[in-house]
Amino acid sequence: MTPAALAAYSVVAVYSAMAVYVLAFIAFALDLSKRSAIAQSSSSTFAPAAGAKAPASLSRATTGSAGAAKSATVLERIAPPAVPTASLAGQASRFQRTAYALVIVGWVVHVAALVLRGLAEGRVPWSDLYGFVVTGTGIMVGVFVVIQVWRDLKFLGAYIMAVVVLLLGLASVNFYVPVEPLNPALQSAWLVIHVFVATLGTGFFAVGGGLSIAQLLQTRREAGGLARVPFLATFPASEVLENIAYRVIVVGFAFWTFTLMAGAIWAERAWGRYWGWDTKEVWTFIIWVVFAGYIHARATRGWRGSRSAWLAIIGFAAVMFNFTIVNLFFKGLHAYTGL
Amino acid sequence: MASRTRSEPTPGDDGSSAVGDPLRPSDHVDGTPTDDAAVTQPRLNLLGYLRFFWRQLTSMRTALILLLLLALGAVPGSLVPQRSSDPNGVVAYQVNNPDTFKILDALGLFSTFTSPWFSAIYLLLFVSLVGCIIPRLKHHLDALRAKPPKTPARLERLVGFSSVTTTTDAATAIAEARSLLKRQGYRVADYPDSVSAERGYLRETGNLIFHIALVGILLTVGVFGSFGYTGQRILVQDEAFTNVISDYDSYEPGRFADENSLQPFQLRLDTFEPKYAAQPNGTWAAEDFAANLSTRVPGGSWSKQTLKVNAPVDVGGTQVYLLGNGFAPVVTVKDPKGTVVYSGPVAFLSQDNNLTSTGVIKVPDGLAKQVAFQGFFCPTPVTTTAGCQSISPYLSTDSQALPVLQLSVFTGDLGLDKGVAVNAYSLNEDKLTKIAGFRTAVPGLDLHVGESADLPDGLGSIEFTGIKRFVSVDIHHDPTPAYALLFAVLILGGLLLSLFVPRRRVWIKATPGAGKKPTRIEYAGLARGEDPTLARAVAELAQRHQQHLEGVSEPARSIDRTANVG
Repeated sequence: MTPAALAAYSVVAVYSAMAVYVLAFIAFALDLSKRSAIAQSSSSTFAPAAGAKAPASLSRATTGSAGAAKSATVLERIAPPAVPTASLAGQASRFQRTAYALVIVGWVVHVAALVLRGLAEGRVPWSDLYGFVVTGTGIMVGVFVVIQVWRDLKFLGAYIMAVVVLLLGLASVNFYVPVEPLNPALQSAWLVIHVFVATLGTGFFAVGGGLSIAQLLQTRREAGGLARVPFLATFPASEVLENIAYRVIVVGFAFWTFTLMAGAIWAERAWGRYWGWDTKEVWTFIIWVVFAGYIHARATRGWRGSRSAWLAIIGFAAVMFNFTIVNLFFKGLHAYTGL
Repeated sequence: MASRTRSEPTPGDDGSSAVGDPLRPSDHVDGTPTDDAAVTQPRLNLLGYLRFFWRQLTSMRTALILLLLLALGAVPGSLVPQRSSDPNGVVAYQVNNPDTFKILDALGLFSTFTSPWFSAIYLLLFVSLVGCIIPRLKHHLDALRAKPPKTPARLERLVGFSSVTTTTDAATAIAEARSLLKRQGYRVADYPDSVSAERGYLRETGNLIFHIALVGILLTVGVFGSFGYTGQRILVQDEAFTNVISDYDSYEPGRFADENSLQPFQLRLDTFEPKYAAQPNGTWAAEDFAANLSTRVPGGSWSKQTLKVNAPVDVGGTQVYLLGNGFAPVVTVKDPKGTVVYSGPVAFLSQDNNLTSTGVIKVPDGLAKQVAFQGFFCPTPVTTTAGCQSISPYLSTDSQALPVLQLSVFTGDLGLDKGVAVNAYSLNEDKLTKIAGFRTAVPGLDLHVGESADLPDGLGSIEFTGIKRFVSVDIHHDPTPAYALLFAVLILGGLLLSLFVPRRRVWIKATPGAGKKPTRIEYAGLARGEDPTLARAVAELAQRHQQHLEGVSEPARSIDRTANVG
């Protein structure tokens, strides 16, 4: 197959993935509305769980009876970390199961689109803005899928799908460029490492941002507000959301730190200096500092909770700004959009 | 304060949330809270105020605010062109918005990252950081030698508390607990009827390494970076460049750079091989640029090296980077008698991907007047009224469209006599008169290789004798990258340790029952820093411990079970 044909198939695959993601979004939205119905019909069941302060950790009580019963000891008392709400216990609705299956299908098609684009170009598919956004969203969905193994965060599905579909739409309509030879400035192994790890970090920040938004909403509901968003009652308590968000974001932060360093090493090779306050470097630095601030806020009295959540959201917004507005409209050395 | 900071906290005294590291700033979530109830404040003397400001500066909240200010302060550096990274952008901004330029320039926004206010933010931040890490370093070194603290009296108030009763005697249970904890990498201390254990010292070690390495990076860049220099030079084919300041087109020394200590070497561009790919839309995209250089250090002979965009060349400890490239038409200017007054290649700077190039030739001496030529060079031209336009970056061999040099001619004052530096690639037309070219009575000159033309007013003649390539190179001497890389690796390593190694204390307590009563065993943990898996870890530890006890006291087990059934 010619590169042009491969690229054309890749485009078809991107649009197909978008279509499947839209369906997944609808199914996730239906799931949320069903949660609302459940929450309203059994508000008495949920009210105490939501009102109560949940423990800081979500750990399951693995000391359970199995080990104790066999042993010579008599289990007198184990303080079980309470599961904060019904939702995490995981009776997924049929809508949610359908939605998640659609996400998996869409993701397979999405990855196929990336492989085709890569084959068409004969290199990694993220050397222009279009390919970068398609890769970045692919990683975002990938992180969302893989993270479910660790913890059920499918309630974020509608948010992730919305972000991904918007970005993919933007990329397909506004950023598309035909396959071109690789700009000499990009001919480096660091293109593979630096950019890939950046997208990986972005994936974690995206999930963390979603969790922080949910946390802020949940905090308001717990304070007696947001009665018109009943599905929040089926979400984990705000403190639980905050802790999960933190654990996701620090992974993103580690990747981001590496991105910054790999970028500096590459800049030293390509431009003769490892740091020169290029616009993209400035924004990468800003994002790094904001998330460093987030981590410190988590350890500062009076800054835990909503304030740190705002920092996480601002950080993710800055990441999005960096990858779209800065790439397109700011003058600098990272001028690789291909547009 | 001093006495309080020295003493190891006794966990559990006033609930686990208030327990923490006394050397953390008081507003750290793990810190010792200050007594907010104290309203009557003592009168402070100078030392008192200094101490007060120092404590404010090194507090967690101040550090956080400074971090956020740092992020905010960096934003204008991306919105407004910077002198360091985009000097032409700054000039353009000044021309286009002279009024706002004055305001922004007064605020230092065109050199944001060296401006006083930005420097103030990061210097305060680093002072705050140093003020934080020094006591923490001391505290951590003490902690590394200290044994885990005394078991709290009331374990049930701590995280993951559980308790069981067993017929195993307390001493065996404690011994078993000790060996189990040791196997799991805990540091263990014995107390009456209990073991106290702590692990994850690497978390704080990593945290300190991370912060110290940040200071290291700042010092490396700020201090050692000032010993370097950078310079640019346009290198025309076959021309030798010697690494002395006078041979640079532009040269920027670091603050402490010694101009006599430039590494001696020479560079020469032998050939330049670009590769382009034709695009379906008719444009050309660059695929590869290779500049074949000869380099020489004192006492050595010329050796060949290839310079590419992502592959700088190292000559005598100095890096040479490929920035740009283009064509340099070679011209010879003669006076009316035929004496050569100017001869050589002149670099024409490319204006687009197809190397439509513009340039200036200045002939200050030898002719009746000072003469300058300004115009276009196109490797594969199509001619328009305003000048040629190139449709390919390759030199054309098509006889219908041979490479062309189109020049307008000026006479007047070139401004070269005052000893003031003048841009070699542009012409200040203020004191010049255009005597040939677009919008004058005399048509401009249109030359192909080998052609010559007479200048208007009988000034002389110009001949286009050949075409050479040039590259523009950046020459850097920077002593810091190796150190910066070392610190960067430490930053990353320290960060990973400090984020992902859990630091926790665990206690296992065995209270012997009175008489024939069973032994009561209690388990509990305490997080030191973020530790979301603590409860699970304590629960698993308890389970493990109970399984071990089951193993050691086989006979006791049956007795216990009988008792239970009965």
